[in-house]
Amino acid sequence: MKSALLYRYMPRYSTKVMDHFTNPRNVGVIEDADAVGRERNPACGDTMTLYLKIRDGIIVDARFQTLGCTASIAVSSVTTELVKGKSLEEARMIDRHCLGDAVDGLPPGKTHAGVLVADALKAALGDYKTRAAPDTA
Amino acid sequence: MKDYIYLDHAATTPVDPRVVEAMLPYFTERFGNPSGVYTLSQSSHGAMEEARETVADVLGCSPGEVIFTGGASEADNAAIKGGAFAMRREGNHLITSAIEHHAVLHSCQALDDYGFETTYLDVDAAGLISPEDAAEAVTDRTVLVTIMLANNEVGTIEPVADISRAVKERAWALGRDIIVHTDAAQAGGVLDLNVDRLEVDMLTLAAHKFYGPKGVGILYIRDGTPFTPQQHGGSQEKNRRAGTENIPLIVGAAEALRLAVEEQGTNNEHCTSLRDRLIDGLVGRVEGAYLNGHRTLRLPNNANFCFDGVAGESVLLGLDMEGIAASSGSACTSGSMDPSHVLTAMGVSAERAVGSLRLTVGKSNDGEEIDKVLEVLPRIIQRLREVSGAAQPVG
Ligand SMILES: Cc1ncc(COP(=O)(O)O)c(C=O)c1O
Ligand code: FES
Repeated sequence: MKSALLYRYMPRYSTKVMDHFTNPRNVGVIEDADAVGRERNPACGDTMTLYLKIRDGIIVDARFQTLGCTASIAVSSVTTELVKGKSLEEARMIDRHCLGDAVDGLPPGKTHAGVLVADALKAALGDYKTRAAPDTA
Repeated sequence: MKDYIYLDHAATTPVDPRVVEAMLPYFTERFGNPSGVYTLSQSSHGAMEEARETVADVLGCSPGEVIFTGGASEADNAAIKGGAFAMRREGNHLITSAIEHHAVLHSCQALDDYGFETTYLDVDAAGLISPEDAAEAVTDRTVLVTIMLANNEVGTIEPVADISRAVKERAWALGRDIIVHTDAAQAGGVLDLNVDRLEVDMLTLAAHKFYGPKGVGILYIRDGTPFTPQQHGGSQEKNRRAGTENIPLIVGAAEALRLAVEEQGTNNEHCTSLRDRLIDGLVGRVEGAYLNGHRTLRLPNNANFCFDGVAGESVLLGLDMEGIAASSGSACTSGSMDPSHVLTAMGVSAERAVGSLRLTVGKSNDGEEIDKVLEVLPRIIQRLREVSGAAQPVG
């Protein structure tokens, strides 16, 4: 990364964050998704939509669209990799701490990007439950 | 070409080598405390008074009306609190605008605890403050009005003289006198700083915005203006700002201002042409790109945009990776999550304000650098829009 100037106000991101920011994995929409989770942080305005494809209780595909800062894009990207192949139970265990660790940590002031993505994941899993049992929702 | 392209001159500027040259002797050989009686001290004292005269020439005032401070923030604090406290028997009301720098806004807010109240004037979509609104806000309790000469985020130039005349006439009609202060930190070496033409009683400058050193500011206080010093101690600056004067920085500030004013015409022309190249190259060419601020009543160095479908912070990182330094909103606010208070006051929606980008040019930028930005930036925006799902054709 040819970073000539990093300012005080520019958080120092880990190599992993910069990697996922520069080359985000699994960007886009799953048209026939089995679950969709959308979250917006009203303070900073960052918005994430997570699409999941689920087969026999296993997440087989994940895609995302994120309008946000470097951290929220990178955590979104890492999350899609993280959840693929996981069971719904395993996915439910993923919280903002796991997501922060998955990008080798977020700078102070940027940890709420992990919250945004964790909330979008939670929303997607909730959406799946609702779709599976609409009456009890 | 340099190894990076610096487009954040509104945040700060590099010190002009001629200014460094002028400052150097005052760190080492001529280090004397200007309060002493011996020759060494007198040399420091002389340099300081010469600096004061240089500044006074630019402001069109007498040297005794110029105080050197530790920056524009200190000058703003001193002016607002110092003016308000000195007038506390006359009233407790201040008027400012919603788009001031935090040094002004937070100074006004700090006065809430001492029984003062502040009216924050609205601005129009271009960031302009109306003199009529300002006059209407004057009450029989108003003691001080502070309005910036030019906005640091969007570059809008405010009609300070008209505002000053309007509020003073209104105050006189109410049988009272009020203090008018302007934060001219973004206008040093760029706009006319004559305090009589601006019709102000106090004015703030920061040397590091016009190729001078950081940590030194200038506060003009018109003779006869009520002022309660905010820093107590020795009798420096005629009891208005205690503390051993920072001679090298003071010399640097004055030399920087002198040079900036001397070269103002050339620099303004140069910056205006680069600024317009940026604006014309982005607005109308990139889908979902909007110019913030006034198209013509704006600082020659300032181009500020919103781009739909991206977050400014990501654009900054993308630019930084290409060796381009820019900012989103104001450097001081970038640490916070909230949308820029300036854009919000101008009626820009929170959604749109997320995608703001400020590019501020300077005397060392050239057309080649601007062309590089015009080539790189639309690509970054396009890429981020693919990630956000707001992809729109660019170009
Ligand atoms: C309009 C305005 N006022 C005040 C300041 C504060 O200047 P300093 O940080 O030098 O105290 C700035 C600089 O960011 C500014 O742009
Ligand atoms: S700035 Fe809030 S999540 Fe990125």
